[in-house]
Amino acid sequence: MDFLRPGTWEEALAAKAEHPSAVPLAGGTDVMVEINFDHRRPEYLLDLNRIGDLYEWETGERDVRLGASVPYTRIMEHLRGPLPGLALAAHTVGSPQIRNRGSVGGNLGAASPAGDSHPALLAAGAEVEAESVRGTRLIPVERFYTGVKRNALEPDELIRAVRIRKADGPQQFAKVGTRNAMVIAVCAFGLALHPEARAVRTGIGSAAPTPLRARAAEEFLDAALAEGGFWDSGRDLPPSLARQFAELAAGACNPIDDVRGSARYRRHAVGVMARRTLGWAWDTYRGSERTTRCA
Amino acid sequence: MRVNVTVNGRLREADDVWEGESLLYVLRERLGLPGSKNACEQGECGSCTVRLDGELVCACLVAAGQAEGREVVTVEGLAELAARRAGGSAPAGEERGEEGPPGAGLSPVQRAFVDAGAVQCGFCTPGLLVAADDLLARVPDPSDADIREALSGNLCRCTGYEKILDAVRLAAARAGETV
Amino acid sequence: MGTPRVPTGLPTDLPAGTGPARAGRAPGGIGESTLRPDGTLKVTGEFAYASDLWHEDMLWGHTLRSPHAHARIRSVDVSGALATPGVRAVLTHADLPAATRYGLEFADTPVLADGVVRYHGEPVALVAADHPETARRAAEKIAVDYEPLPVVTDEASALAPDAPVLHPGRTDGHAAHVPHPNVVHRQPVRHGDIAAARARADVIVTGDYEVGMQDQAFLGPESGLAVPAEDGGVDLYIATQWLHADLRQIAPVLGLPEEKVRMTLSGVGGAFGGREDLSMQAHACLLALRTGRPVKMVYNRFESFFGHVHRHPARLHYEHGATRDGKLTHMACRIVLDGGAYASSSPAVVGNAASLSAGPYVIDAVEAEALALYTNNPPCGAMRGFGAVQACFAYEAQMDRLAAALELDPVEFRQRNAMSQGAVLPTGQVVDSPAPVAELLRRVKAMPLPPERQWESAGGTADVRALPGGLSNTTHGEGVVRGVGYAVGIKNVGFSEGFDDYSTARVRLEVVGGQPVATVHTAMAEVGQGGVTVHAQIARTELGVTQVTLRPADTRVGSAGSTSASRQTYVTGGAVRHACEAVRERVLELGRARFGTYHPAWATAELVLEGGKVTTDGGEVLAGLAEVLEGEAVDVELEWRHRPTEPFDLVTGQGQGHVQYSFAAHRAVVEVDTELGLVKVVELACAQDVGKALNPLSVVGQIHGGTTQGLGLAVMEEIVVDPVTAKVRNPSFTDYLIPTILDTPTLPVDVLELADAHAPYGLRGVGEASTLSSTPAVVAAIRAATGLPLARVPVRPEHLTGT
Repeated sequence: MDFLRPGTWEEALAAKAEHPSAVPLAGGTDVMVEINFDHRRPEYLLDLNRIGDLYEWETGERDVRLGASVPYTRIMEHLRGPLPGLALAAHTVGSPQIRNRGSVGGNLGAASPAGDSHPALLAAGAEVEAESVRGTRLIPVERFYTGVKRNALEPDELIRAVRIRKADGPQQFAKVGTRNAMVIAVCAFGLALHPEARAVRTGIGSAAPTPLRARAAEEFLDAALAEGGFWDSGRDLPPSLARQFAELAAGACNPIDDVRGSARYRRHAVGVMARRTLGWAWDTYRGSERTTRCA
Repeated sequence: MRVNVTVNGRLREADDVWEGESLLYVLRERLGLPGSKNACEQGECGSCTVRLDGELVCACLVAAGQAEGREVVTVEGLAELAARRAGGSAPAGEERGEEGPPGAGLSPVQRAFVDAGAVQCGFCTPGLLVAADDLLARVPDPSDADIREALSGNLCRCTGYEKILDAVRLAAARAGETV
Repeated sequence: MGTPRVPTGLPTDLPAGTGPARAGRAPGGIGESTLRPDGTLKVTGEFAYASDLWHEDMLWGHTLRSPHAHARIRSVDVSGALATPGVRAVLTHADLPAATRYGLEFADTPVLADGVVRYHGEPVALVAADHPETARRAAEKIAVDYEPLPVVTDEASALAPDAPVLHPGRTDGHAAHVPHPNVVHRQPVRHGDIAAARARADVIVTGDYEVGMQDQAFLGPESGLAVPAEDGGVDLYIATQWLHADLRQIAPVLGLPEEKVRMTLSGVGGAFGGREDLSMQAHACLLALRTGRPVKMVYNRFESFFGHVHRHPARLHYEHGATRDGKLTHMACRIVLDGGAYASSSPAVVGNAASLSAGPYVIDAVEAEALALYTNNPPCGAMRGFGAVQACFAYEAQMDRLAAALELDPVEFRQRNAMSQGAVLPTGQVVDSPAPVAELLRRVKAMPLPPERQWESAGGTADVRALPGGLSNTTHGEGVVRGVGYAVGIKNVGFSEGFDDYSTARVRLEVVGGQPVATVHTAMAEVGQGGVTVHAQIARTELGVTQVTLRPADTRVGSAGSTSASRQTYVTGGAVRHACEAVRERVLELGRARFGTYHPAWATAELVLEGGKVTTDGGEVLAGLAEVLEGEAVDVELEWRHRPTEPFDLVTGQGQGHVQYSFAAHRAVVEVDTELGLVKVVELACAQDVGKALNPLSVVGQIHGGTTQGLGLAVMEEIVVDPVTAKVRNPSFTDYLIPTILDTPTLPVDVLELADAHAPYGLRGVGEASTLSSTPAVVAAIRAATGLPLARVPVRPEHLTGT
């Protein structure tokens, strides 16, 4: 095993080009477990800790450009405003110790269906900024996940940043685990209201081979909200509407039975979380609508 | 490879480090600092919690090479850290058991863990101490919910956590009295 | 780092501010919450746990384990491993120098697999190398040719006509009476006329229950350091629960006389039964003797799940009857425990399950049967609660169902049938010390209930940390229903069924620098329970000194028995007291010889040692210890045993099988997200009778810990074994979950002290009882919240949501 310690982003890209089998190592919260438990012996470890750029973020007009290694703790502390869904998801990651090291870039690199940030990214809308010595490309996050623990990166590419749409409405995130803290998701659900586009977006975690959006549920809800004039009226959503949204979200799942939970339970729980997160987000939206109207 | 790291204020050097070694292994097996514990080596138990450049981390998930040039504080350095924070230098009564009463060289949170009965087998204790010390440095008077959240990454199998909560409350109360 | 890092003794002194002696009570003596003598070392990180040990020139040992649950080993080729640079030894079964099997109750466990592997993770070969990674890579090069065999996974497959017999040609003491060679041991208990009692019953309730495989999950992984000695022997520094039981098993494997295997207890990071059996002890010694170098072995968490036995999973069938006025008529049960591939302590677990199957209730007619199977599942043995946990989960569920059938309050129904002192157990044994079962229930019920909806904050927002799901933000109160449940249990204290359960203590009293100092030396394994604290307290009480030095536990002194069965304070505490009494007698003899002629009180008064002096019971000082001892040291080593027990009759289960009983009751308050099936335990209150709290702080700590492990079994802890392959599916802390501080509620404890006249100071073993009733109380509360029958633990979200 060789330990590569690039000091700059350019050096990192060069190292990855030279050694495409090199495993990027940032917070170590996945890779080091695999090494400690003897599940993985990469030829090269590519330490990204020394590349300061990866720990920075910029808030632009439309997006937050989040450096790949920005720890979850920073997201919770500094980005709750523009990225509320991701901040909620960040808070459910592991423990304080893990949140100080783990990052969205790491979650994307590992591409585990159980990664906590995926549903929030899918719901908010995001592109992964992949870079190699050959250049940069932006991969829409829904096309980034290609299989269980597989992603769309080329062997010579590294994740530089994630460009996440700034929230223009309420966002929610919920995750089921069999413990009240420090738990890997049995399944998770992210939801974002996009009042400007009059759209709802969702993200489902750990209930299919890859994280995914519940598109049928989104389309149903978009149509129903438009038809009922809900965006303008800010009225209560009828329970039947929320129920149907939940059923469609559950239907989007393609889960497996494993040691963490049954497929049936996952499908059921995604439905419950879809209904609840929609309720919470809509309540917030109505609250802000009312406030706006009163003002 | 060689790794240079400042541990508890002293520059240390480890040679012949295997590239897959964790910071935890280097601390325990190469630098003679076994206080940080090897309970799960997968970031689930917090027994190896240390400060890395001031941040709480699981030492088992930091590759040794990533610690190069950085500053680490382990449970062995907590008393000194507390003394520095309080504006003093080294803790008084360094020579435990020989002179001075036992435990005179303890940080307030260490003292509180002993006094409150928060230690049974003690294997989780070093990690909990580093985490509790960090909490109290940030939040001097934490609520119970704050304490639970801050310590939710540290598993204990003996105590049921009640006395650990007592210890953190005790340390906070004592700090409050001296202000 | 030139000197080896190995255990040292613990000086104990009283901290400044300790109160003055009260009449007849030594400062820092029994009954006070003195602080742990090892506390300071543990908070500074200096306490040397087994995995912290270090020796110049040491090698690292590694174990190659079976990937199959049942397979024949056709061949093993170690040449590739031996040729790896840095490798100093590779051992297989063929290299063993002497005995090839060991075991707690009988020797059925191969030191290294002997032609067959019987469970997933069984040790096959050992490697010693300069670095752990070298050892791991070398182990990978050992070529083992396995021929997979059909697996035995449950009662049906174990007793099927064509079932593979896992241990053919058994010669153990149970082989003759078991109905099938795949049954390790079977114990019936018959008491009263069950047919007549059944006929009297107005209500009969039957139920089938299941308990999953729980892991001790002690945090300090199995580890130790073996150092070869010049005399051909070996020094082993080890984390264990019973040094002398290890020694008895290791020495024959090494082909050495016991005096050449010197064992010293190193720091133990928890045990809970999981260190009763050998893990790496013999392996490290074999490698050290083969290489002539010190060898350290440390399991990681993954390996730890394969390195020790677990709690027996169980299937239990129960039938209870009661009359309309709420009196139990009879109980019939069948308890099937899965012992896994090797016997470990399964026979004793069977004895407990059978003899305690009726719980803390008076039932005139009982027909019980417990048995343990040999299967290809992971070996199971001791864990806190030892056979009584499984039964308690089932009989307490039955009590709630009976109460419901009779439309009685569940606590009231239990109290009507609760045993008390003088009650007769189904084994025919009379409970001859306090058994305040009804009172314990009354106490937990009387505690104020925690406020409702504690998650609601002033601003109208929900604090998710106080809700089911916690930080995962799954509910803001939707679907959340509260439930309250009760349970009570009975646990035996000490080793039972005729076992010669003794301990040994050596106590020395001398004057050092003008101050009397007592030194206590036992082989008791301090695993976190606080035995060291209590030994110092006993010595202070008995010898009137303040300074007590505790020698490291080792095999230079006689056996202390196991740190298990809630027995150490009773038995080794009893031995320390006994030795102290002998020391005191010797001191008084010396005093009489030296000063008897100067004061008549030497001959006539009751004399005690107090404040470093010999005084009369009236408080008159006769002489200082320094004067009496005159530079001499009094040094006594003595054994001490509790009252003898006898085996249970193999047909009727009758017999004076147990020494003492311990009782605890719990009230659980839970909030369940009924839609998602997530549980938040809001409060778990316990009342326990401890006879006499030698150290109240430690006693409460034990009750908290046991309660929390019971909570874990109720809602999350289970080793999942694949029913087809018998492989362990979750050997990690990512998937074997134990409660975090956010899962553990407030744990109010009410300690009752009703002395047992037969026990030292009246004490009652305290370590286990709270583990029993915690689980059924939590599940009863979940049933109350959801209305679901819930016959299996751990309760999973799937069970609560019908998915």
